[in-house]
Amino acid sequence: MSDVQSISFERQRIEHLELKNITKRFPGVLANAHVDFDVRAGEVHALLGENGAGKSTLMKILYGLYHPDEGEIFINGSPVRIASPNDAINLGIGMIHQHFMLVDSLTVAENIALGLPSSRGLLTDLDVVSARTEMLAKKYGLLVDPGAYIWQLAVGQRQRVEILKALYRGADLLILDEPTAVLTPQEVDEFMETIRQMTEEKHSIIFISHKLHEVIAISQRVTVLRNGRRVDSCPTAGCTKHDLARMMVGQEIVMPKLTTPPKRGEVRLELKNVHAQSDRETPALRGVDLQIFSGEIVGLAGVSGNGQAELAQVVTGLRPATQGQVLIEGRDMTGKLPGEIIRCGLAYIPEERMRDGMVQDFNISENIILRDHNKDPYAKRGFLLHRVIAEFTDRLIDLFHIKTPSRETPARNLSGGNIQKVVLARELSRQPRIIVAAQPSRGLDIGATEYVHNSLLEQREKGAAILLISEDLDEILALSDRVAVVYEGRIMGILDNKDAERERVGLLMAGVHPD
Amino acid sequence: MKNFLAKINNSKYFDGFMPVLAALSALAIGAVMLLFLGVNPLVAYRAMWVGAFGSSNALAETIVKAVPLLLIGLGICISFRAKVINIGGEGQMIIGALAATAFGLYVPEMPGWLVIAMAMVAGFFGGAFWGAIPGFLKAYFNVNEILSTVMMNAIAVQLMNFFLRGPMIDPNQAELLSKIPQTARLPEAYHLARWLPTRLHAGVIIAVVLAFVVYLLLFHTTLGYRIRAVGFNPDASRYGGIRVRRQVVIALLLSGAFAGLAGAIQIYGLNYRMITDGSPTGFTGSAGFNGIVTALFGGLHPLGAIPASFFFGALLVGANSMQRISQVPSAFVIALNGLVVIFVVSSALWQEARQRKRRIAEVRDDSPPPSEPDQATQDVSV
Ligand SMILES: Nc1ncnc2c1ncn2[C@@H]1O[C@H](COP(=O)(O)OP(=O)(O)OP(=O)(O)O)[C@@H](O)[C@H]1O
Ligand SMILES: [Mg+2]
Repeated sequence: MSDVQSISFERQRIEHLELKNITKRFPGVLANAHVDFDVRAGEVHALLGENGAGKSTLMKILYGLYHPDEGEIFINGSPVRIASPNDAINLGIGMIHQHFMLVDSLTVAENIALGLPSSRGLLTDLDVVSARTEMLAKKYGLLVDPGAYIWQLAVGQRQRVEILKALYRGADLLILDEPTAVLTPQEVDEFMETIRQMTEEKHSIIFISHKLHEVIAISQRVTVLRNGRRVDSCPTAGCTKHDLARMMVGQEIVMPKLTTPPKRGEVRLELKNVHAQSDRETPALRGVDLQIFSGEIVGLAGVSGNGQAELAQVVTGLRPATQGQVLIEGRDMTGKLPGEIIRCGLAYIPEERMRDGMVQDFNISENIILRDHNKDPYAKRGFLLHRVIAEFTDRLIDLFHIKTPSRETPARNLSGGNIQKVVLARELSRQPRIIVAAQPSRGLDIGATEYVHNSLLEQREKGAAILLISEDLDEILALSDRVAVVYEGRIMGILDNKDAERERVGLLMAGVHPD
Repeated sequence: MKNFLAKINNSKYFDGFMPVLAALSALAIGAVMLLFLGVNPLVAYRAMWVGAFGSSNALAETIVKAVPLLLIGLGICISFRAKVINIGGEGQMIIGALAATAFGLYVPEMPGWLVIAMAMVAGFFGGAFWGAIPGFLKAYFNVNEILSTVMMNAIAVQLMNFFLRGPMIDPNQAELLSKIPQTARLPEAYHLARWLPTRLHAGVIIAVVLAFVVYLLLFHTTLGYRIRAVGFNPDASRYGGIRVRRQVVIALLLSGAFAGLAGAIQIYGLNYRMITDGSPTGFTGSAGFNGIVTALFGGLHPLGAIPASFFFGALLVGANSMQRISQVPSAFVIALNGLVVIFVVSSALWQEARQRKRRIAEVRDDSPPPSEPDQATQDVSV
């Protein structure tokens, strides 16, 4: 152990970090197989790969959350041992998880100070922390108010706090695992600016994303993983989206688009003057009127936080409407229990799928029956028919290419994208009459995104009424027969697909009527 | 070596052994205490072993002690799976016993097997009722179930004292001046079968069969699925169309029902009459609390509760005979019992913390922040 660099010494900046020959096995899965990866100061190195390719695992090894079965890590040429996140932080490595590890009831400064020794011994030094935080925030364009409480902040701002927290602890190297998945397009632009700022300050960045255009815009190098193995590394300059996609999946991918006109049927879902409150008890919906017909996809566009989440919850019975009506196939379902609404044939892909869509401690089979566990093929007279459930689960694992060692694997052991696939498999296999899909492709790789888009189109052909909520305007414009724009809890306008130009939608999203 | 230890410490299998290790550590500390008391621990623990397993009679006593622990432990398995903490086993057991006793005493004569069966049902429903009240208060008024179940215990004791002194008092005692607060003895025909000459009764069969029933309930029925889902993630359960509040009530109700059944079996298998010394433990022997420890010891698995209850039965019986034989003060026996409880409960908590830590270590790239909802104030709104 003597050759291992002691971490308590005054440490050098990370000029060059290398992972060599990393192998990591989980029961039934080879998550990383002899992977080499390196990043230099001032560089953004992107890590690409399909869902379950092993990206997060590799990064968790670097951050000390997992221990590799084989392989070594070198900093500036000398080997280091990273046994825990603490070691990683001491070596100057920071990691930003996609969802944040902040304490909601504390302020920004308190969160940043959390776990650090105070400069005043037993007394707190929050003013010092605030001052230093503000300095860092200015330097990197990460504006947040150190005195604000976390619960008051939007997702994008919380992410800034996470980054500040890492920088405050002296991180030279930042691991960003799908940081942009939760951001609005505007926030992504600001985020990119921050990354540029950081590389100018000679930080090293490892960037994971499924959005190829982001990778091309920000990174200097890309490494592609497939099935735990490194396929290739190359300079980003000169790569096109198609090249990267081919490296990732091994074949061309063409994103599906609406081609046929809708076979519109009867009204399946109707909202009449719906009002509802947000979690903070402020008005979130202020009189929404919307009709969705059988056989069409209605895209709900809008800057996040304008009532989209609440709208989905009101429709699915998870949030009470304070006023107005929700009609499903003509029947008034306002204030009905979620279970009764499920029975009307409503499928719901929730935005917060980790919290709402999944029981993490249940295995895949148990999660597959979450919405229908007491219905016909799965249960008889109160008993679960495990064999039927197992067969059905295996079919869905196959159909949706869910990457898992078995149907008995607990959901929490799946990769982020594969968890989303389980939710999709469950909801789309229920032969829904109405689908509410919130951010359905978030966190999915391009192959899976294509599959989901195709599935939605297929359901449309079958006559389902689909409400597609997404922050990705491209997704909305490609799939929607009509685009409804929501602004401050009201529908600003509904455009037909042919009239829905990017600028017009953008203006409506900002609350401006174009005419 | 250090690596090796770390590896053991990190393995999930270690968790399974932890309660056993905890119990052994408690006994080790007990040994040190014995040394201070001037008693040879080897002699004392030998007495304990002999007292618990030394003869067929000792073994029978151990099993007799284990029966209520197992039944209450089964109920705890159900409620804890729904993340509902039922401290009300004592009261539920008392109410179940009261209901069953009243049934046997006041219902017109019927065949013995029928009375026994119906008395068991009465005990079951009595406990269920006593468990459902705090369940209802928690689900619909967000009343902390730890507080309410403890208060229900106090009410149950007073009810017992009232009934045994007044309306249900043994007519013979009523005429005497002593007025011992006890009911009349149940007729011979209503007693559960016994393996004479020991006190081992047929209640053990009921309890073991029910352990398998609870196993089926939790893992093979839709109700068990709902209960577990609600315990793991109320938000996702609600999304799945499960009525979260209702499951909370059902979990506490069932938990109480098993305690009530334990009370009924205690009367029909062992005591044949109800008698009170004014305290709750006089009747229950703290089974309502020891049952919780039993369930934790068995890893909250109904089948695990079988060996766990046997172990605790042995501990209780053995400690008693150790006291008799090796002349340790009775306070030591209580202390030893307490040590085991503290060690097992804290090992269960530690285990949970380790699991949580492992989970945090395994944070999926989009798992929510590890907010562990305070179980007591957990929001169960539907
Ligand atoms: N703690 C774990 N236990 C068991 N298997 C795991 C665990 N963590 C990851 N895996 C498995 O390792 C493989 C790689 O997972 P990883 O999370 O690294 O994928 P990823 O590339 O980040 O995918 P995504 O894009 O979906 O986030 C997956 O098959 C996953 O099921
Ligand atoms: Mg991942």
